[in-house]
Amino acid sequence: MADRYIEPDTPELRARWGNFAWTEANAAKAKEIIARYPEGRQRSAVMPLLDLAQRQVGAEENTQGWLPIPVMEYVAAQLDMPIIRVVEVATFYTMYNIAPIGRFHVQVCGTTPCMLRGSDDLIDACRARGMKKGATTADGIWSFTEVECMGNCASAPMVQINDDNYEDLTPDRLDAVLEALLRGETPKAGTQDPARHTVEPVGEPTSLVAMRTENHDYRSEW
Amino acid sequence: MPKVKVDGVEIDVPAGATVLQAAELAGKEIPRFCYHERLSIAGNCRMCLVEVKPGPPKPQASCALPATEGQEIRTDSEMVKKAREGVMEFLLINHPLDCPICDQGGECDLQDQSVAYGRGGSRYHENKRAVTDKYMGPLIKTTMTRCIHCTRCVRFSEEVAGVDEIGALYRGESMQITTYLEHAARHEMSANVIDLCPVGALTSRPYAFEARPWELKKTLGIDVSDATGANIRIDARGREVLRVLPRNNDDVNEEWLSDKARFQVDGLMKRRLDKPFLRRDGKLVPATWNEAFAALSTLNPGASIAAVAGDMVDCETMFAAKALLGALGSTLLEGRQTGMDYDTSSLAAVNFNSTFNGIETADAILIVGSMVRWEAPSVNVRLRKAVKRGARVFLIGPEWETTFGGEFLGEDLSVMGNLPQHVVEVLSGAKRPAIILGGAALGRGGLQAGLSLAGQFNLVRTLEDGTAWNGFNVLHLAASRMGGLMLGYAQQGGVADLIAAKPKVLLSLGADEVDYTRFAESMIVYIGHHGDKGAHAADVILPASAFTEKAGTYVNTEGRVQLSDKAVFAPGDAREDWTILRALADAFGVTVGFDSFEQLRAAMVAAVPALGVEGLADYGSALPSGGGSASGAIAYPIKDFYMTNPIARASATMQRCSAELLHGEDFAEAAE
Repeated sequence: MADRYIEPDTPELRARWGNFAWTEANAAKAKEIIARYPEGRQRSAVMPLLDLAQRQVGAEENTQGWLPIPVMEYVAAQLDMPIIRVVEVATFYTMYNIAPIGRFHVQVCGTTPCMLRGSDDLIDACRARGMKKGATTADGIWSFTEVECMGNCASAPMVQINDDNYEDLTPDRLDAVLEALLRGETPKAGTQDPARHTVEPVGEPTSLVAMRTENHDYRSEW
Repeated sequence: MPKVKVDGVEIDVPAGATVLQAAELAGKEIPRFCYHERLSIAGNCRMCLVEVKPGPPKPQASCALPATEGQEIRTDSEMVKKAREGVMEFLLINHPLDCPICDQGGECDLQDQSVAYGRGGSRYHENKRAVTDKYMGPLIKTTMTRCIHCTRCVRFSEEVAGVDEIGALYRGESMQITTYLEHAARHEMSANVIDLCPVGALTSRPYAFEARPWELKKTLGIDVSDATGANIRIDARGREVLRVLPRNNDDVNEEWLSDKARFQVDGLMKRRLDKPFLRRDGKLVPATWNEAFAALSTLNPGASIAAVAGDMVDCETMFAAKALLGALGSTLLEGRQTGMDYDTSSLAAVNFNSTFNGIETADAILIVGSMVRWEAPSVNVRLRKAVKRGARVFLIGPEWETTFGGEFLGEDLSVMGNLPQHVVEVLSGAKRPAIILGGAALGRGGLQAGLSLAGQFNLVRTLEDGTAWNGFNVLHLAASRMGGLMLGYAQQGGVADLIAAKPKVLLSLGADEVDYTRFAESMIVYIGHHGDKGAHAADVILPASAFTEKAGTYVNTEGRVQLSDKAVFAPGDAREDWTILRALADAFGVTVGFDSFEQLRAAMVAAVPALGVEGLADYGSALPSGGGSASGAIAYPIKDFYMTNPIARASATMQRCSAELLHGEDFAEAAE
């Protein structure tokens, strides 16, 4: 989150993205999104449109997608709003990438619960593949960021890659996920622990044990 | 009218007031950074915390909290003191301690309030945040590390200026205020963010490292760069005017000032006429005052003398020249330099009758031939306010980028006689309709056509609440115009009458826009302060004072009489204009009836009593009926906002603004 900067507005950037326009499918989608908001409040569509634009950019260059300045200008023009307001939104929310990014954006959670459950090992595993924090690998495949809590503490440690979360990771399980991604497969999202379905307790429940089979009123015991 | 208790004292506050305003009414000072009377409420600096009961048991931001019946507000409790100290400590965490090299030092809200409300010392030992400086154009210098994220500048450019170009990028500690891609701020009021900035993040670039506020002599003056008569404070050190700041006047400029008015003053030190010149063998050669008057005394013009007033002269100068011409038996006075000859028999017909305050309340406005943004930036702000209140605006003239929307109806004056049906409907259905005629719309029958529209739409009326409404407005461009018209500086045929009279002597009172080639046979005596077009054409140059160097009376385009004071002495041998005219009377062997400035002013007030009373002059509300039709393509008189008068043309700052902002020249920023 720190050291996030807009990709500079260069002639090369203008040449590459200056002609950005929605694909036919996305144009229809954009129209549908704008129509969700009442007349005169079209500016509210800025967030979904930026997301759509980011995905289209991603599809075009086979990455996770990002928002070059000309693309933000395109969105601003469509919504008839000042460009600076669009840039404000894009720079505020970290899920908008404002600089070029790799095909897979590996976001390792390093907050306390994940750290206690071994996120440092995951970071090492990523490093072993040549990833560096806040950078994209030279082959353009991996972008690596350490992030703060993503709310999956019950299945820590976790990694978010593009749109999916992978939880209950060990270095080996993470390797398997990354390998699958490299092969072009879509690994199963969610927990990677074969013994676990979602975030139910691992093994036997250790609390509220009286409620395992039937409902139980604890209130009298407090 | 809710009743609230502030520190135990019960007061009535107006409905809709905030707790902060209630406390102010009770005479309590509430420290603040982000709150500003003329901007929307942001509530993000937290400096205005007070204790309010009933409510949660914690301090509350008073700027964003409505005052309600029975509230008990405390601004002096231990909780408030602690809260302010805490907020101040947080604000200072990332604020550099560079006050000694900061231009805001001495007039810095953060500095003052940290002394008044902060803790004595710091407990912070970590590293401070650093932010790269942003380029905001030739007028605004940035040191963004000092920014405390109050967002006043963002709100100003969005709400008041209407040009959305400043924004807050990123978030949290990384938040940065910047213009879009660091382009220069491109509007005419951009430098007001310098005044708004409570810290030294945005400071004046031309004034950088020039002076400390306590070194400056502050003089109250009136701006002459346009006809709105903005109230200014002239800050001078020694003989040099270092800067000009706006003064609060809700009736005129609120608290804004156009960039030109603010930054043209460096032109006061350049290209000045500081000694008399005489044309000998076709060349202007320096002379002494005695030589100049000796040469002039041989002229004996008799009644064959005419005077043209420039755009920036004060009423006293114009009256002194009028008295001189009167003593010689001439009435050939004219101030409309570019040759306009509209009818001036009724001053109400050439006045901004609705007043600037009034135009804010108009609900339908037709603007003809005025590029308001350039011709009167502070009126443009008012128009934006009117539109925000729901006014419909129609414009006739070549399209320009308005900051308030509006519909352009055509580029020709003939549109006035042939308004589209929907415009007629809006104007006739409006409760407070208004017409604004700009300088480009007064000639070629435009004024008469405007007056007949005034009659058609009944612009002069009594409103439902019994107040009078006069929606007929003329927006002049010259600071001297209304004063000149009150003093009779208008001939039936305009300057053409003067040309036709072939005067032996033409007195030019700082007139730089006249076509002097038409006066080839006249002896041109230029009484002015800058070596501009007028001086080039002159046969005799008598160096006079600029607006900062003399006391004077100015009448703005609403007919508001305002007094300006003398801030500094004119450079070199230059004298105040009236003394030159008084000496000329001696040279010509006539008496004008005044020997001192007081006598001159008294004589002027005796001749035109309205000039002796500060405030709106009464021209009556009766408008001539007008009639006739106007036609001709409209061309706005201002081609370059930053280059409209001799002071601005001499100003390096204005030259750079013109080159960079209007002509797109690139200036590499010097490494600092």
